[in-house]
Amino acid sequence: MGNAIEIKNVTKTFGKTIANKNVTLNIHEGEILSLLGENGSGKTTLMNMLSGIYFPDSGAIFVGGKQVEIRSPKDAYELGIGMVHQHFKLVDVFNAVENIALGFDTKRFGSFNLKRVKARAEEICKKYGFDLNMDQKVYEMSVSQKQTLEIVKVLYRGADFLILDEPTAVLTPQETEKLFAVIRNMKSDGKSVIIITHKLKEVLEISDRVAILRKGEFVGDIATKDATESSLTEMMMGEKVELNIERSLPVNTMTRIEINNLSVTDREGVKILDNISFKIKSGEILGIAGISGNGQKELLESIAGLQKTKPGSSIKFFAGNEGEQEMQLIGMTPRMIRDAGIHLAFVPEDRLGMGLVGSMGMDGNMMLKTYDSGRSFVTDRKLPRIQAERIRKRLGVVTPSLSTPVSRLSGGNVQKVLVGRELASNPTVLMTAYAVRGLDINTSYTIYKLLNEEKQKGVAVVYVGEELDVLLELCDRIVVLCGGKVSGILDARNTTKEEVGLLMTSYRGEVQEQ
Amino acid sequence: MKEPLIRIVKRDMSPIPHKILVRAIAIILALVVDALFIYFVTGLNPFSVYVVMFNGTFGNQMRILWALRDMVTLLGIGIALAPAFKMKFWNIGAEGQVLIGGLATALVMTYCGNTFSTPVLFILMVASAIIAGGVWGLIPAIFKSKWGTNETLFTLMMNYIAISFTSAATNYMRGQASSLGKLNMGTKAGWMPKVFGQAFNVNIIVVFALMVVMFIYLTYSKHGYEITVVGESENTALYAGINVTKVRIRTMIISGAICGLVGFLLVSGRDQTISTNTAGGNGFTAIIVAWLAKFNPFYMALIAALLTFLSKGAAEIASTYALNDFAADILTGIILFFILGSEFFINYKLIFRHKEVRG
Amino acid sequence: MIESLIAWILRAIPFGTIIMYGAMGEILTEKSGNLNLGVPGIMYLGGFAGFASSYYYEKLVPDPNGAVCVTLAIVCCLAASMLGGLIYSFLTITLRANQNVTGLALTIFGKGFANFFGAYILNGQSYTAAPLANSMFAHKIFPFADKAGVLGKTVFGYGFMVYAAIIMAIVMGIILSKTRVGLNLRAVGENPATADADAVSVNKYKYLATCIGAGISGLGGMYYVLDYNQGIWATTGQIEALGWLAVALVIFTTWKPVNAIWGAYLFGMFYWLYQFLPDIMGWKVASYVTDLIQMVPYVVTIIVLIVVSLRKKKENQPPESLGLSYFREDR
Repeated sequence: MGNAIEIKNVTKTFGKTIANKNVTLNIHEGEILSLLGENGSGKTTLMNMLSGIYFPDSGAIFVGGKQVEIRSPKDAYELGIGMVHQHFKLVDVFNAVENIALGFDTKRFGSFNLKRVKARAEEICKKYGFDLNMDQKVYEMSVSQKQTLEIVKVLYRGADFLILDEPTAVLTPQETEKLFAVIRNMKSDGKSVIIITHKLKEVLEISDRVAILRKGEFVGDIATKDATESSLTEMMMGEKVELNIERSLPVNTMTRIEINNLSVTDREGVKILDNISFKIKSGEILGIAGISGNGQKELLESIAGLQKTKPGSSIKFFAGNEGEQEMQLIGMTPRMIRDAGIHLAFVPEDRLGMGLVGSMGMDGNMMLKTYDSGRSFVTDRKLPRIQAERIRKRLGVVTPSLSTPVSRLSGGNVQKVLVGRELASNPTVLMTAYAVRGLDINTSYTIYKLLNEEKQKGVAVVYVGEELDVLLELCDRIVVLCGGKVSGILDARNTTKEEVGLLMTSYRGEVQEQ
Repeated sequence: MKEPLIRIVKRDMSPIPHKILVRAIAIILALVVDALFIYFVTGLNPFSVYVVMFNGTFGNQMRILWALRDMVTLLGIGIALAPAFKMKFWNIGAEGQVLIGGLATALVMTYCGNTFSTPVLFILMVASAIIAGGVWGLIPAIFKSKWGTNETLFTLMMNYIAISFTSAATNYMRGQASSLGKLNMGTKAGWMPKVFGQAFNVNIIVVFALMVVMFIYLTYSKHGYEITVVGESENTALYAGINVTKVRIRTMIISGAICGLVGFLLVSGRDQTISTNTAGGNGFTAIIVAWLAKFNPFYMALIAALLTFLSKGAAEIASTYALNDFAADILTGIILFFILGSEFFINYKLIFRHKEVRG
Repeated sequence: MIESLIAWILRAIPFGTIIMYGAMGEILTEKSGNLNLGVPGIMYLGGFAGFASSYYYEKLVPDPNGAVCVTLAIVCCLAASMLGGLIYSFLTITLRANQNVTGLALTIFGKGFANFFGAYILNGQSYTAAPLANSMFAHKIFPFADKAGVLGKTVFGYGFMVYAAIIMAIVMGIILSKTRVGLNLRAVGENPATADADAVSVNKYKYLATCIGAGISGLGGMYYVLDYNQGIWATTGQIEALGWLAVALVIFTTWKPVNAIWGAYLFGMFYWLYQFLPDIMGWKVASYVTDLIQMVPYVVTIIVLIVVSLRKKKENQPPESLGLSYFREDR
């Protein structure tokens, strides 16, 4: 087996972030290669440079021994490289054939003839065992059918190298099995398949070789037959890093929110949260670990009253005062929750698209949840200004003025404004989603410190995070989500990175809270 | 494949002097093109033509008043549209909302003119105009909220239904006469009282007052705050606990109602009659005014003033050099093209290709 | 009674032809994702250029030739209206200006331009005519039309532009649904990011569709002046109303050119309903009622718009990215 594609010393940066650093990786002919790594380890960026979406800052790519420049998806196709992205690029009102035929040029594919395209596409389906109705419209297709269509589209264009970006993330186990069967067929036909993934079980099941990326760098590769789940986890997670986050013991813990049998499905009917149950307690930081997109967003939004849940779900709030009734949060809007006197602070993942109004300044954003207090027709603008000024000083927000639109501030400052506002609301429960994503070290530590202060005040803190080191040092307990289910609830002081990592990547059956 | 010659990058922020500079250059360029146009048509020195235009608009007190009268029509409708646009609701139906408000006013004048005392009559006229305009705005908003029906096309169609009603009503009211003429010519019932010698001075006062009120409404009120949040992102609105449907419907009623009020002003204060030309295309031009002003009522006043200057000035050229009034539309169109195009240079910057540094 | 019906059809079909051109152009434009509210302005530009060129040709050339006159009118009409489309394209595609606002500005400009120079040519007269052009456009191309009875009269008794419109609608329908260009164009209007990733040149398609679309819309204006209005340029607001009706028709057809054929004639029937239906039914209707009847096309369009949004059938929706400008960000 020769090196069909060679990536040599490739580096790619976006602004100040380094997505890939000096990566050297070979892809052989006729192999199934797993590209393994945590979120943000640079897997997708690296593959996007093969498929013509990005162009490397430095380094070289060789295909068949010749150095090439891949400037567009078209260039990639001409080299026989095709990629199926996580977000499908399909036209909804077109049927399968039309989507396959889109963008062909006459030079390569001859004159326009949908019948011929259909016949050839069906031939491909038969050859590899795809199950696809060529006349079906994309908007009528299930996620797995759309994925099949994307793969057929890539094969139709003559790809010998297929890159699949987290292909199983959206599939049921049965569909996954079917996909693996076709991948094996493609391999036996001499094609190379690269699967970007972080599901260890699948890596071991399907691939011939595993290449691991961590923090943008190539860590190493290993033949799958020599690998085990724990050896892969270790390579993926790396050595434990001491962060020295101050952590106090939980004080005065009591159940604040009890979640029972919470289920959420998306618009296509795919289960995002599947019957999950756990408790959120005051005076502690509860970490939520999981590969991103495993239901974290929906979980927090369900609690905040922003997500439609399936019947049978229950989210109970306990005020904790003597004689006060528990409250069912399901069916309540954010306004109703607020009016019921529950101080629920929520730092959402989408800071400017949900948590803040980009065109408003700090002052305007301060009153997003309180603008309608009081009877006056006009908003009270004095208090928000005072509050904004206080947050600016306390958290060191860098902004030209309090009324400068927050969309013009840097990511770290935007987050400080959002977290600052939510903390100022004197919360009983504080939920944060990826609170330190994209922030520099100092800002991150500021946020950790703030969360700890809240915990000591007796607030129930929920921290959804992606960096395991942080979760292990910051949180008291960790709930691990995998495929929309709770795959484990761990004591953060007595667990290891490997344990969490394994639970994140493989579901091992129902977990009950002790 | 090569790096493109020019790369376009979004600007994070452009300083205010830069914005003013870009817009000033755009207007100056437009005035130069306008001058060239005038030169080619009339063969006259463009500068002396601008002097004529200036005199036509500001020549004497009466002309200034007339110009103000025309300007406030445009401004009033622009003010009405501002809350809808700020909410990202494309209300293209101002023309119809104004007309239906004017029609309601005219019907009350005609059929209740002799029944009620003047104050009651005016209350009825204003109320009916506001309700009619509000309903005209409400209908598309309901469908947008319920089924996501495209509001741009819906409000556009509503214009023609209003025109149809208006032409039917004027037809009915005039009976055998060849034209409707001024309503209540004998009794002058429902005619706006003269203030400082002119009935339309009331329009000017009312619209300028509205301008301030709308600015306060959008900038300081709770409603204005909700409108901004909904326009920015529906997700944020939900997060903040804002009822998006309620805000959308309420805002469109307000937008339509103010258009209706402008219709009342035009009928009672300016024309004392109604025709399908009462709104006279101002409903469409005001859309551009509101958009270019970024929904700020004071900027709207500036843009409305510029456009009024062009149309008044063009009318003056037309009468001085025996041309026709449509020159105003050409001059307006040209200036709008330039201002619209200039926005690009405020939001984006161009980066020219430099020497490749890749190894 | 049957005479009234025939007269009605004879009125409705040429009327429908005007807005059919307008609507076909706009369908092509909207298929690329551009909502051009400048259609009325473009129809003014096309109508004026067609009229002005044939007027001067007839006036200045000693022995004007019919075919030359027609060709000249069409070429000038296309040039002027495509120029209007080019202004719109440059502002909205290259400079990413707001489509609605730019379209409205184009309508103001086109209306002003046509009427200003129209009045310039009129030079004090209330109207003027291009008789040769009119006779060429109105010439019935089927010689047997007059002898073939009712059918001949109502089906074959029109000038060539009526049949050209039908052919154009069919051809456009075929291009959109059966060719590579059509497939790519639809993809651009639906999902430009996908089209871009599949190596379709998004801006090129948008420019071409918008400019060609403007040219086709402009033909509607020219047909109005040189045939429907008997070669007379009159400074009235008629073309503007027709332009908006064409925009309405686009919705009515649910963005399918072939539907524009019967849709346009139906709109023509609706439009002239007020004059002929009372005749046929023997009603006596007050003139103000006829004014009310004129809203029928718009009401029907609104109903179609609502039904389409209600049924949510994907094939009948506006192109998904209609009204949005496309910016690939820095990839």
